[in-house]
Amino acid sequence: MTMTRSTLLAASLAALIAAAPGAALAQGTIRIGMTAADIPLTHGQPDQGFEGNRFTGIPLYNALVEWDLTRGDRATPLRPGLATEWAVDAADKTKWVFRLRQGVKFHDGSDFNADAVVWNVRKVLDREAPHFDPRQVGVTATRMPTLRRAEKIDDYTVALYTSEPDSLLPINLTNLFFASPRHWDAKRAGAASPEAAWNAFAADPSGTGPFRMVRFVPRERAEYVRFDGYWGEKAKAERIVLLPIPEANARTAALLSGQVDWIEAPAPDALPQLRSRNMRIEQNAQPHVWPWQPCFAEGSPLADRRVRQAINLGIDREGLKTLLGGLMVPAVGSVPPGHPWWGNPSFQIKHDPEAAKRLLAEAGYGPQRPLTIKVQISASGSGQMQPLPMNEFVQQNLKEIGVNVEFDVIEWNALFTNWRRGCKDASARGAHAINVSFAAMDPFFAMVRFWDSKMAPPTSNNWGFFSDPKFDEMVAAARNAFEPEARDAALAKLHAAGVDEALFIWIAHDVSPRAMSQRVRGFVQPQSWFVDLTLPYIQ
Amino acid sequence: MLIYLVRRILYAIPIALSVGLVCFLLVHIAPGDPINAIVPADAPQDLVEQIRRDYGLDRPLPIQFGVWLGKVATGDLGNSLATGRPVWADLSVAVVNTLRLALTAALIGFVLGCIFGGLAGSFQGTAIDKIAVSLAVTGVSVPHYWLGMVLVILFSVNLNWLPAMGAGPGGSSDWVWDWEHISHLVLPAVTLSVIPMGIVTRTVRGIVAEILNQDFIQTLRGKGLSRSGIFWHVVKNAAPNAIAVIGLQLGYLMGGSILVETVFSWPGTGFLLNSAIFQRDLPVLQGTILVLAMFFVALNLVVDLVQTALDPRIKRA
Repeated sequence: MTMTRSTLLAASLAALIAAAPGAALAQGTIRIGMTAADIPLTHGQPDQGFEGNRFTGIPLYNALVEWDLTRGDRATPLRPGLATEWAVDAADKTKWVFRLRQGVKFHDGSDFNADAVVWNVRKVLDREAPHFDPRQVGVTATRMPTLRRAEKIDDYTVALYTSEPDSLLPINLTNLFFASPRHWDAKRAGAASPEAAWNAFAADPSGTGPFRMVRFVPRERAEYVRFDGYWGEKAKAERIVLLPIPEANARTAALLSGQVDWIEAPAPDALPQLRSRNMRIEQNAQPHVWPWQPCFAEGSPLADRRVRQAINLGIDREGLKTLLGGLMVPAVGSVPPGHPWWGNPSFQIKHDPEAAKRLLAEAGYGPQRPLTIKVQISASGSGQMQPLPMNEFVQQNLKEIGVNVEFDVIEWNALFTNWRRGCKDASARGAHAINVSFAAMDPFFAMVRFWDSKMAPPTSNNWGFFSDPKFDEMVAAARNAFEPEARDAALAKLHAAGVDEALFIWIAHDVSPRAMSQRVRGFVQPQSWFVDLTLPYIQ
Repeated sequence: MLIYLVRRILYAIPIALSVGLVCFLLVHIAPGDPINAIVPADAPQDLVEQIRRDYGLDRPLPIQFGVWLGKVATGDLGNSLATGRPVWADLSVAVVNTLRLALTAALIGFVLGCIFGGLAGSFQGTAIDKIAVSLAVTGVSVPHYWLGMVLVILFSVNLNWLPAMGAGPGGSSDWVWDWEHISHLVLPAVTLSVIPMGIVTRTVRGIVAEILNQDFIQTLRGKGLSRSGIFWHVVKNAAPNAIAVIGLQLGYLMGGSILVETVFSWPGTGFLLNSAIFQRDLPVLQGTILVLAMFFVALNLVVDLVQTALDPRIKRA
């Protein structure tokens, strides 16, 4: 074979590039600009909401049951994680038996087994455990409210017990990540207290996930490398660098100047510029709801179903979508049509001002007796999208059907606090609705905590004190349906009833926009709050 | 002098107590709840109350404040509610980063302010004066977070000359004074320097103009002293006031760079305070504000001492 001069030159150049420092880095390092102001906690139970699970939970750790994030064209299903199969005990519906995956290693080389499961459940539920960590309780126990304890059956079988029969447990367990007991023990040996040991563990964590953390600078960066001993499909990228960049314009500038390859949540008004600079915008319907949650207390006009339905019909969701540059999906329920929990509601939510006016007239409102409602909103906040322009748009829509809307704008943290106190509390300041967005991946968070009368404040987020025995029965039926198909059917019935009663003013679903360089390949945006970081790579 | 020094140091104690108390009360007066730093809003109430007890947030406010004060007296600023990390661990890194940024900005502001102010004061009423005064007014008027964004668009996004954010290619923990790191410092430091530059310009202009009109300058001119000789006398007389101004500005830069640090994701005290405010992370807020207040007190003391050293007419007793 004769090599030409140009072939030789090309080969030499290729060799030079390959030998250059940083060349390998450039092949497989994805630098991600997060919206968080700090690296979410890395000890196994991340804070900072689902951005924490997305970036420091799922990549470093595994759960017994996981979300299958490999496709974007369907509602995200569950799949086996560290457990290969699970079933509720036929005789005792509060006992679940999980068979564990064998041959799984933590990043420190120790084995994952039933002891590790029991240890990790105790870290958040057993106050007597030496490794109990109150900091991890808040972000864990809330997501699996009925889990009480774990018991080893054999090395690769465990029983999990719930406070009441709860078919939703496997879904809840996607939030319980498994940290290495041996690695924690090593940290504890050199630490003054369990809290200090968890801090040391967070700086040098050990899970079973597809990446292991190799560098951690609080508030600045976390660096992961691919874990070659991973039990599942190995990650394609060699390295992930996470950078907290809370300011949306700073994230956009960082992407455009080449400092990062991917940013979360670009500002909607930056999208034309990003597209013009050849950046890719990824989005997909997210199990997220941006609603007005009504107050059902006596004296609230929203206690009347006709008024709630009228307001739902008075909102031009397509117009709102245009306002947001296409970055939303119109919400006509807590889950979208086609979702396994959608059901078949008879009330069709659409923009129909005339029908809205008719319903208002039936309820006794009209030009002679205009309806005025007050809504408590925030100016910003996690998951709140663009609350001010969005709320003002809805306000304008409702004016057209004769509903006057007043806003009580308060700071996000205060709104969040009020959400737990309910509309009868003084903190609501007479509001008839509250605008707090929420995640709807899990039936408990999507429906149960709002529509079960037991969830009224101070227990949970039934802010409006909704109470209807029919709904309580449907919730109980869903919790007691242990076959996945039966459970989905029960949830679909619950959801359809909720839409028919217009238990929310449903407005928008977020689409979780992210912008990335064309160099990022293989990325899949699922219909989820999470992404699978094993799939993308840099070309 | 020693008595003066001791007295000034003792003054710091009531200042520290007041700052700690005001900060503590402000966080509790403001709507919201520090418990939100630890538990999500959807947490059931019994869990919220349990965690409130775990963190001592259920105790009466005077006791909470007393516990915090007792710890501070032993040098312990407590642990962050949100991360569990010792406040001092994060704060010490943030202070160094902010100091790096603030000192650079103060140096830029001081040098440019002295040059513009000196020129304006020396050539009062001329075009040079008008240009310098315009620069000073612009410097103190322009919102610096806006200027920061404009500089980023120009130098990072369009020209790709300088990084848009961060404190170094690998973060601030491996900071060295090489171009790779300094390039991250340029835009935030320039952004932050415009206000002190404007203030120093106006101050120096006024002082120089006043000194040049004084009798001793006429005398020096009459004696035939060269321009450079007169310049040296002007500098000596203007320095104490200029240093006092820049000293105060440095204090403001240490505590007042929240917006610029957020725009540039610069991991300093402003960035730390910003997230602590939104999370109601009380120990981080109190610790950071206390340290910044003490820095301000120390800075004032240093400025007073330097002024005394430069101008023997100023007596400190």
